[in-house]
Amino acid sequence: MAVALPTIEIEHPALPRPMRFPDFANWEEPQREGDRVITFREALREAMTNAMREDERVFLLGEEVAEYNGAYKVSQGMLEEFGPKRIIDTPISENGFAGMAIAAAMAGLKPIVEFMSWSFSLVAADQILNNAPKMLYMSGGQWGCPIVFRGNDGAGGQLGSTHSWCVEGLYSNVPGVKIAIPSNPLDAKGLLRTAIADPDPVFFLESERMLGDTMHVPEEDYFIPFGRARLAREGGDCTLVSFGRPVHFCMEAAEALAKDGIEADVLDMRTIRPLDIEAIVRSVKMTNRVVVVDQCWPFASVASEVVTQIVEHAFDWLDHQPVRVNTADVPTPYAKGLEAAYLPNANRIIEAVKGVVG
Amino acid sequence: MPRTVAYKAQIEHLSVLDENGKLDAALAKKLGKDLLGDEQVLMAYEHMTVCRQYDEVAFRLQRSGRMGTFPQNKGQEAVAIGSALAARKGQDWLVPAYRENAALFLHGLPMHSVLVYWMGDERGSQIPQGVKITPLSVPIGTHMLHAAGIAWASKIRKEDSVTLTYFGDGATSEGDFHEAANFAGVLQVPCIFICQNNSWAISVPREKQTASETFAQKALAYGIPTIQVDGNDLFAVYAATREAHERARKGGGPSFIEAVTYRLADHTTADDASRYRDTKELDAWKAKDPLIRLRRYLEKQDLWSDEQQEALEAKAKAIVQEVVKAAEEMPKPEITDIFDYTFAEIPESLRVQRDTMRTTSLGQDPRQAGLGARAGR
Repeated sequence: MAVALPTIEIEHPALPRPMRFPDFANWEEPQREGDRVITFREALREAMTNAMREDERVFLLGEEVAEYNGAYKVSQGMLEEFGPKRIIDTPISENGFAGMAIAAAMAGLKPIVEFMSWSFSLVAADQILNNAPKMLYMSGGQWGCPIVFRGNDGAGGQLGSTHSWCVEGLYSNVPGVKIAIPSNPLDAKGLLRTAIADPDPVFFLESERMLGDTMHVPEEDYFIPFGRARLAREGGDCTLVSFGRPVHFCMEAAEALAKDGIEADVLDMRTIRPLDIEAIVRSVKMTNRVVVVDQCWPFASVASEVVTQIVEHAFDWLDHQPVRVNTADVPTPYAKGLEAAYLPNANRIIEAVKGVVG
Repeated sequence: MPRTVAYKAQIEHLSVLDENGKLDAALAKKLGKDLLGDEQVLMAYEHMTVCRQYDEVAFRLQRSGRMGTFPQNKGQEAVAIGSALAARKGQDWLVPAYRENAALFLHGLPMHSVLVYWMGDERGSQIPQGVKITPLSVPIGTHMLHAAGIAWASKIRKEDSVTLTYFGDGATSEGDFHEAANFAGVLQVPCIFICQNNSWAISVPREKQTASETFAQKALAYGIPTIQVDGNDLFAVYAATREAHERARKGGGPSFIEAVTYRLADHTTADDASRYRDTKELDAWKAKDPLIRLRRYLEKQDLWSDEQQEALEAKAKAIVQEVVKAAEEMPKPEITDIFDYTFAEIPESLRVQRDTMRTTSLGQDPRQAGLGARAGR
């Protein structure tokens, strides 16, 4: 008797109907000037709400996201609009709801999983690192895992060592995940919208320290592509590369440096997986000097990777060795003053830039 | 009264067909007159025999260097077939670990896929369209959450689908099991947890796995209806699964079945159970072999003869031979696969690695020469 080889339709079985995903070929940056001022948390909520209104497969789950409106009020009012079937309170069991949501993604839904803190994602490590990003690969392209994990990352302000994780250093080592780290409300809205539409697992890293930040955010529904850095400031003497909250420290440092006659490019990477190395190299080839600012620990950090790639791509353009500004290589301190000293800050950045330029 | 009983429960044990092949007819009738018809039993016996042969051949393939590792299913075929018979092929989901091959084959997974997988080729995890089975899961217990999640998705979508998931006694020590069971209970999802208690988690005996009298009682804490069955008894496994399946379809939520069975072979081909397992124990369980008792039952019913047995064994050999041929004739995978299946759409950096087959310094690659040359900002 003959046993036929299976015929496999390689498609994305988890998404029988693709999500609306824009063609970014002629994409233009959203208008950053305006007076529609909202907070970071409201921007996140708008992105989720827009996606949920458009596609009934999208839903939010996590600890306290429904009745309590989210531990950090990101999902305020969403239970009211979407009901308990789409805004779901879970037991305190990160591995549990991460794994179940992964299956929901495999089965054709589009879950957004809120981790109250990315620090708590460590107890779900097997699901988010060993299952979600490998599902597509290990099934020979058959089972995708279109899921978004989002929550607070980094030192939230005296939360102590175990609750202050910057997970990007660890997690960006894993192939198969995409990692977005917005630094401001406008980018957060567009990047989260893209994350939800993306067919691969996305880790979306927010910061408790920025949820109250305000700026103009366009009202319309818009997307920001992954892997496109934003040149937040133009200088010519040194390139500052950063992502997430430290972008603000870079801007603060750049303004101070300008008073001393040193003009810095500030690149906000927006996503680190994929990494817009082209934008970095383009800037470095003009400035010939670079400082990478990253609020993870220094050893094998994203900053390490950025520096490696700069050396690989633009070695001959460098007039000074690349410099990293990371946190101190110790567990996150609890005490206020110690925590501040441990994190990258404008003073440390200024010092680094002066060393590179001088 | 200062002290009262807040909760009281007991665990049922179900056994219908004893090891001599004698059916408890009264009990069987009570479980439903359509419990298992002669044709179904014959079909189950055939599947179990083919699976046993598959096991033997896979073991020899590994010993002769033609396969990486293989976990034999020997002795546990009744759990796989008994439960899978109670589920609907192509409609209910099977979320397996790796010791229930017969269930997967019954639900349409091509037999050579499992061999391809253990030969070390990811394409063994490619499931044909319409077959509702997830890839084999080797990290212990992580797939139970997926099962609860799949069941949850089908509940949300109001699909008439029940999810069956298989795992061993050892897996109940993982946090994943408790989280999956808790979620399934809270959300009342149509999921059947099938614990194959085969007494051993590699070399760890059941007594060292838990201090609990049964594995079935673990489900009580999560508000899940639960039962212990003789796992080498096709009828008992079928009856318990069917009951759980009916309950799930009626919106009664999850169920738990502890199937008491025994791993007659080593954990995998990388293991030698004789180093830690008493041969007396093994011999005692060999006498309870689900295939032997089913054959005895069929003989008692005048449904089976030595000639039929001989013909079936020849058929099983032929089938497995064809399956091995199909697995070994599978063309070698392309190296580009490792890049193609990492993201839904290949990123530029991976495309370059794929095209140049190099994972080292991208900076030295001539194709990268244009990087950063884009004019202006």
